[in-house]
Amino acid sequence: MKIVIIDYGAGNIQSIKFAFQRLGYEAVLSHDAQEIQEADKVIFPGVGEASSAMNKLKASGLDKVIPVLKQPVLGICLGMQLMCHSSEEGETQGLGIFDTEVVKFSDRVKVPQIGWNQISNLKSELFEEVDEKEHIYLVHSFYAPLCKETIAESFYELPYSAALQKGNFYGTQFHPEKSSMIGERILMNFLEV
Amino acid sequence: MLAKRIVPCLDIKDGRTVKGVNFVDLRDAGDPVELAEIYSREGADELVFLDISATEQKRKTLAELVYRVAEKVSIPFTVGGGISSVEDVDVLLRNGADKISINSSAVKNPQLINDLVAKFGSQCIVVAIDAKKINDRWMVHLVGGKVPTEIELFSWAKEVEQRGAGEILFTSMDHDGTKNGFANEALAKLSTEVNIPIIASGGAGTVEHFTDTFETGKADAALAASVFHFKEIKIKDLKKELHKNGIPVRL
Repeated sequence: MKIVIIDYGAGNIQSIKFAFQRLGYEAVLSHDAQEIQEADKVIFPGVGEASSAMNKLKASGLDKVIPVLKQPVLGICLGMQLMCHSSEEGETQGLGIFDTEVVKFSDRVKVPQIGWNQISNLKSELFEEVDEKEHIYLVHSFYAPLCKETIAESFYELPYSAALQKGNFYGTQFHPEKSSMIGERILMNFLEV
Repeated sequence: MLAKRIVPCLDIKDGRTVKGVNFVDLRDAGDPVELAEIYSREGADELVFLDISATEQKRKTLAELVYRVAEKVSIPFTVGGGISSVEDVDVLLRNGADKISINSSAVKNPQLINDLVAKFGSQCIVVAIDAKKINDRWMVHLVGGKVPTEIELFSWAKEVEQRGAGEILFTSMDHDGTKNGFANEALAKLSTEVNIPIIASGGAGTVEHFTDTFETGKADAALAASVFHFKEIKIKDLKKELHKNGIPVRL
């Protein structure tokens, strides 16, 4: 199985590569459109600020490549947020895969949310053998509200989308590569879809 | 619900753990990677590596260590100790660190916080603050708490937040090493003054101390070293006890 992690200069991709290595898979880092299109599974990572990450995607032309991929694609953290139609962070357009905006938590809670929160209302094969209320690791200031594409929710100030899915596109607000055994289970499930 | 975090801290010198670490099941008690794996299995939520070496080789050795930890450990970890430039941070993050923490370098050059946040995002920039109460005022100290400054804790914490730091690691020099509990009064005040997560450090001695720092001190995470290294407190037992006391934890 060929796993490609999209390398567009945004984020801690080393950790994702290592997580697959621990599961016994070699993932390749690439920003080459053809290599991404030919992969069996694509990981779309991202850490940092939304508008500058979006600009990097545009500069490399990947903003046109990602939305038309046919194989399973997993967006992680900012990757998931960029798959939405827009983000309040830097007032940027997203890739428009998920039909929701991304907004900021209010100052009624500490921002960013950092740490382990629970996921519930799990609705996808991504969560095969994952129990309700398991903890996953997140670091984020912006979130996707609940919407028709929500496949897992979490609660911080209000219920919001911990994961989204539309067809072959999956996105997790949390970091499966940093979520211990539960995260590994979720990554394995993604490889098996 | 967001869980309160338990964070063991490992002191690193020349790529090895320092301070006696009392783990009979360790093949190599000085290997930070092996220790990190054990803590991860025991239920630590996050790890902090604090590099205290002062050699020329320091940067390279630390970067290599970060790479080896990231390879093996599936929970987040923070790296700190002598980090003073955007380049330092870039190397550590690229090698797989999740967060980096800066301390003295931020006090000497506060703009560094802004520069790091602009380049890497708030989420991975922790500002560590060491402070001590002098004449009833909490004053920031440098160089591992040895050098006093004229800067007051709460105003510095606010500045750090405004400059974009994602988290504050607060160590009370008055409590560190005493095993008499965390500086809960100052911690609670920090949580009302700033709106970013606070990691409590200094003073952990018993399970009750952790309960207190989450309840009274309003801390989001609690860091400790020796009570974990010497197995005075086992992380699994600690979390069970916290859970029993109604504190949200990841079991």
